[in-house]
Amino acid sequence: MAKSWKDWEKPVLELDETIRKLQAIVDKETDPERKTELSERVQDYMRRRDAYLETRYSRLGPWEKVLIARAETRPYTLDYINALCEDFVELEGDRRFAADHAIVGGPALMDGRRVMVVGHQKGRNIQERSYRNFGMAKPEGYRKAIRLFEMAERFRMPVITFVDTPAADPGVESESRGISEAIAAAMLSMFELTVPTVSTVIGEGGSGGAIGIAVANHVMMQEHAVYSVIPPEGCAAILWRAAEKGAQAAAALQLTSDSALKFGLVEEVLPEPFGGAHRDPLEAAQTVGRAIMASLERQDKLSGAELKAERAARFRRMGAYAESAVAAVLAES
Amino acid sequence: MPFGKASSGVAPGAFLPCSNCRKTIFAAEFEANLRVCPYCGHHHRLTWQQRVDVVFDEGSFVELDTDLRSGDPLHFPDYAEKHAQAMQRTKMRDSVVSGRATLMGMPVSTAISDFHFMGGSMGSVAGEKITRAIERGAHEGIPAIIFCASGGARMQEGLLSLMQMAKTTAAVEACRSAGVPYIAVFTDPTMAGVLASYASIADVIVSEPRALIGFAGARVSKQAQVSKVPDDFQTAEFLLSHGMLDKIIERKNLRTNLASLCRLLGGHLAAVEATRG
Repeated sequence: MAKSWKDWEKPVLELDETIRKLQAIVDKETDPERKTELSERVQDYMRRRDAYLETRYSRLGPWEKVLIARAETRPYTLDYINALCEDFVELEGDRRFAADHAIVGGPALMDGRRVMVVGHQKGRNIQERSYRNFGMAKPEGYRKAIRLFEMAERFRMPVITFVDTPAADPGVESESRGISEAIAAAMLSMFELTVPTVSTVIGEGGSGGAIGIAVANHVMMQEHAVYSVIPPEGCAAILWRAAEKGAQAAAALQLTSDSALKFGLVEEVLPEPFGGAHRDPLEAAQTVGRAIMASLERQDKLSGAELKAERAARFRRMGAYAESAVAAVLAES
Repeated sequence: MPFGKASSGVAPGAFLPCSNCRKTIFAAEFEANLRVCPYCGHHHRLTWQQRVDVVFDEGSFVELDTDLRSGDPLHFPDYAEKHAQAMQRTKMRDSVVSGRATLMGMPVSTAISDFHFMGGSMGSVAGEKITRAIERGAHEGIPAIIFCASGGARMQEGLLSLMQMAKTTAAVEACRSAGVPYIAVFTDPTMAGVLASYASIADVIVSEPRALIGFAGARVSKQAQVSKVPDDFQTAEFLLSHGMLDKIIERKNLRTNLASLCRLLGGHLAAVEATRG
């Protein structure tokens, strides 16, 4: 079982390094003949790298997707906001208890439109990670989100959320201040909205912490993102008393984007750039941005009441069960 | 109080030890005391049938949504077997039973989770039944009372179970819009995905004493904690002192307290008004 995405990207990273060094030589080379020859070698390395990436990324298993979804090089919410918004003012207050840096949000201008953006935010190095609490929001984070949703409703701004959290914060503090109530209230608040809503799972869609800000009319997942009722390690610990069987649990949970699409739980899977979103964050952002705008354009045609009803109906139909007296008898026989 | 119809399988003359204080209780006394230990006051878990007997008017409960059957959409390892075993053991079809009943004459819509069925976990069927029970309250203008007893979302149905959190929340929104009271009763245990959805956004939240209530498993919370964990962590008393609960009610007083709440909050509803006579 791989422990990190770097396990299989090692050859890629090595090739990247070789290409970079060789390119530096090419740039300095003055002899035209030698320059052409070296350029061809660079091209050759690039082809080899791309071929490897293509085969590797077209057959990623569920566990490998979990690792990619958690990769620290993967673009995070603020990267998407920076890439997609011409203007953004982060509003930090929950007006209740504390600032929570695991959820960011505020009004923004996206493709010329006023929107309210809310998303989980992770950190890349030790300091950032601790500042962002590993993307695990406390009740304050969800209460800040609620405040921003309500503001969006008042000022008629579509709500755009980015989902990327391992889970909501499970600590004693969070329990004391009602993490469960905060998540439930955030979902309830989204159900009350009469403005367009779009949610995108950009990394880890970690159970309750994720759905708390993912109650939208249009829910999308990036190709290599994951969305799960329980972290695979947690599932493995319960089922097999072995957290290290995360890979097996990831397969059993079917937490990939194609499964979510198959079960009708997301509307759209957004293709990622060649080799994953982290290899070309800008292209990844553009794909996400186009999909958000297309959905807003569709939702613009609906009235506030219709938007609210559509959102409720979207979740109302979710579930896998049979209902008939005959099925009942068969199931019990 | 009619109790003991749903037999605990123990002869009335038998003695058994309280699982909490270990003192020996006379079985008949235990049943008469609504399965609350007369010595330590521990509220032992009830089956859904026992819950109906404790709370609602005798013979008033009518079960609905009885034809819902769980699927195994993920073909999750051992799920079909575990589910079949639970059905056989509990004579239930899934972890929630829903229906209509009267409470001191007032009609109510209800759903009851039973921890004995796969830990009361919420998959598609449980989510659907709870949703319907709350919606029924909204549509018929009768209070909705949901009894929680669950370890959380059912992982064997994967993301479909997570979506039940949103689905049940949508039903609560409908109930709020309809101006119909929705009361959640937390019983031991009320955890995770259930706590973080319909349970925590009820108009009124009451709990039985010392019920285990929490978002994360205690083990996870304690792992995440550097400082000392309070002794009463994740109990009803802990939640009450932090303002997350409205009231802790002993089992013997549940019926009258719930009736008062329905009458006071639902007095504007035709169905409740009619029972004042």
